[in-house]
Amino acid sequence: MKTLVGTGHLIRLIARRDRFRLPVWIVVLALLVIGTASAFIELYPSEAERLVLANTIVSNPAIVGFLGPLYDTSFGGLTAWRVGVIGSVLVGIMAALTMIRHTRQEEETGRRELLGATVVGRNAPLTASLIVTVAAGLSIGAFCAAGLIGLGLPRSGSVAFGLGFAAVTAVFAGFSGLAAQMTPGAGSAKGIAVGIVGASFLIRLAGDGGASSGLGWLSWLSPIGWFTRLRPFADERWPVLALSVGLTLLATSGAFWLAGRRDVGAGVVQPRLGPASASPSLRSPFGLAWRLHRSSLLGWSVGLSFIGAVYGSLAESVRGFLGDNPQLREIFEQLGGEAGITEAYFATAMGILALIATAYAVRSALRPRVEEESLRADPILATATPRIRWAGSHLVFALLGPVLILAVAGMVAGFVYGLNIGDVGGQVPRVVEAAMIQIPAVWVVVGVAVVLFGIAPRYSDAIWGVLVAFFLLGQLGRILQFPQWALNLSPFSHVPALPADELTVTPLVVLAFLAVVLLATGLVGFQRRDVDG
Amino acid sequence: MQGGVYNRRSLASLVMAPVISTSGLTKRYGQTIGLDGLDLEVTEGEVHGFLGPNGSGKTTTIRILLGLIRADGGEATLFGRDPWSDATDLHRRLAYVPGDVTLWPNLTGGEVIDLLGRMRGGLDTVKRDALLERFDLDPRKKGRTYSKGNRQKVALVAALASNVELLILDEPTAGLDPLMEAEFRACVAEDRNEGRTVLLASHILAEVEALCDRVSIVRAGRTVESGTLGVIRGVHDLRIDDHQVDLEVDSDQIGEVLTHLTRLGVVNLASHPPTLEELFMRHYRDET
Repeated sequence: MKTLVGTGHLIRLIARRDRFRLPVWIVVLALLVIGTASAFIELYPSEAERLVLANTIVSNPAIVGFLGPLYDTSFGGLTAWRVGVIGSVLVGIMAALTMIRHTRQEEETGRRELLGATVVGRNAPLTASLIVTVAAGLSIGAFCAAGLIGLGLPRSGSVAFGLGFAAVTAVFAGFSGLAAQMTPGAGSAKGIAVGIVGASFLIRLAGDGGASSGLGWLSWLSPIGWFTRLRPFADERWPVLALSVGLTLLATSGAFWLAGRRDVGAGVVQPRLGPASASPSLRSPFGLAWRLHRSSLLGWSVGLSFIGAVYGSLAESVRGFLGDNPQLREIFEQLGGEAGITEAYFATAMGILALIATAYAVRSALRPRVEEESLRADPILATATPRIRWAGSHLVFALLGPVLILAVAGMVAGFVYGLNIGDVGGQVPRVVEAAMIQIPAVWVVVGVAVVLFGIAPRYSDAIWGVLVAFFLLGQLGRILQFPQWALNLSPFSHVPALPADELTVTPLVVLAFLAVVLLATGLVGFQRRDVDG
Repeated sequence: MQGGVYNRRSLASLVMAPVISTSGLTKRYGQTIGLDGLDLEVTEGEVHGFLGPNGSGKTTTIRILLGLIRADGGEATLFGRDPWSDATDLHRRLAYVPGDVTLWPNLTGGEVIDLLGRMRGGLDTVKRDALLERFDLDPRKKGRTYSKGNRQKVALVAALASNVELLILDEPTAGLDPLMEAEFRACVAEDRNEGRTVLLASHILAEVEALCDRVSIVRAGRTVESGTLGVIRGVHDLRIDDHQVDLEVDSDQIGEVLTHLTRLGVVNLASHPPTLEELFMRHYRDET
């Protein structure tokens, strides 16, 4: 137990450092869940209304794929379906960021050594991080369960829901602890940890979306799929929790085993020597930006192409859903018959892809801020590099990166769908167009990020809150019947739903213009302000 | 060649063209005062020591001179131009070594050296290779694997390998071992002989004493003393203790002091030139 000495002190240190961060996560997630449940209770009080809602849900595999299957039309069942997967992804990301922040990042900054030289056991930092992260997951679960019970929902379902979130947190905390041992850098450890969450989401997406084509078993390979399979409010399957506990223990022991076999600051993957001099391309701010952005651009392109492929392969089965539902058939006849439903499906799918691509764009747009805070901006700006060129080199990736990512993902989706129905030439351009149309909205979010960077750099991270708000407005706004003005706040609500809708150019031009104004404002602000040191 | 350099230097000191000139520079950070009327004058061809305790405003001054931050008040010029509005042009003529060197974790030291050199407008590759040799630095390692001292060396090689007129060095030897520190001193001495101007912010008094033609001492954001080391050494700290007198005296007043003393009958006399440390401590003791 000597290796655990000092864990208590470290727990207090982590709690002190994250005294705002973790409560924000906990409150936002609990409010998301409780707010959704109370909205369902208010807006869909009768069983008949909920059945109509359920029918429209089940008919769109893009939605089922994204959010998982709907098991029950009770208030609880709808809530668990609506926010279960989104909430699991969010708690997973929270677990990954918190774990890496307090393990690998502490080593990279050298603070770990400062602590390690005091009376702190070898395994104390990892243990303390795990305890705090799992405690945060349990708090989220407890608040959710208490809130749902408070709304009068069944007790067992509420508890299952809360424990489900806690279980997801624990599994990803364990894997993030493992990722923290692998790489020499905090950045790549964070990438791996968040990547594991993303991969779990994707595996489940393929499983749930492709359930009708016999891919349902894939969801059993994903910790996020386990949340759905726990079936809160729909005849709970408690043994599923044992899977999460087992995998958590496995990943955690793996992390401790590796931690005991490596040096502080070193990873399992040994660093290699690189070139002694820079290649000719590394001679400008853009050359540097390319080096810093290329691997993440590649990773996001591959990830979104995978989602595109899943969406593309599910598109054909969409038409099958029409057969047994005359009401829906009528609705979609108005949209243009069987073609109409796949078009509505692709419009939904591309909207979701665009939001994910926006996360990449925001990350790239905040890169100059990261460089500035880590003091790496100073030496560059002390050379003959104008500020705008330096910031602009990063913004090229924030602006054109999503274009590339969405084009490739749309192409893959259209190609897979085209192969299935024997119309590659026709479908690829249609789906790519549906993806590209989202770009002006993505740019508006980038613009807001740049304004924050240029004018209120210390609050740059608030852009993530803005993005989550847009995401929730798009995902929950209509179903929870938000007022129109609130829905209009999100730039994505102004994008015509191609290929189902007519292409209207005006909103796109307005969005693009707004993006230009925001970008210019942010850059002028940056030109005039002090570089933080 | 030596003669040519000499001519250039004496000409420079005749004209006294200031490479760096600030007067009454002020900078606030919210409630705290960063600079409170700082004056600094660095003439062409000199190595200027910039001394002060932690948090006295050295780095703030340097960041203003680099156009990274803007002063709230006072004047600052670099090569006679505005460091804020003409930053890009001015940066072609200078190289900078930050006090806190952070490198990109996945770029090698060699890549960083080349990149910074090229972005400054050119790099002397012969000089670069010679410096790598002298500082015993492996340029193939990734940024995250360098120790503090080696990160410092990367920044030093990047700056010293460029043929610029002005070097701005912010505590450049922090983290270097004594051998490397000696190598650094040799490099700066060579640069000075080539007519380059150096602003050297430092804590290491021996280093400043060995390298600098003139020094400016700052405290709490204000210049408290400035001049050549000879001029700064004044008459201070007279202590009379029974039959013993301790005092510090200007060199041009030693004769007069001795005249007075001999009249009283001197039994024993010990004399040594004041170290920079004594000067430095004299200014900082007042603070506490």
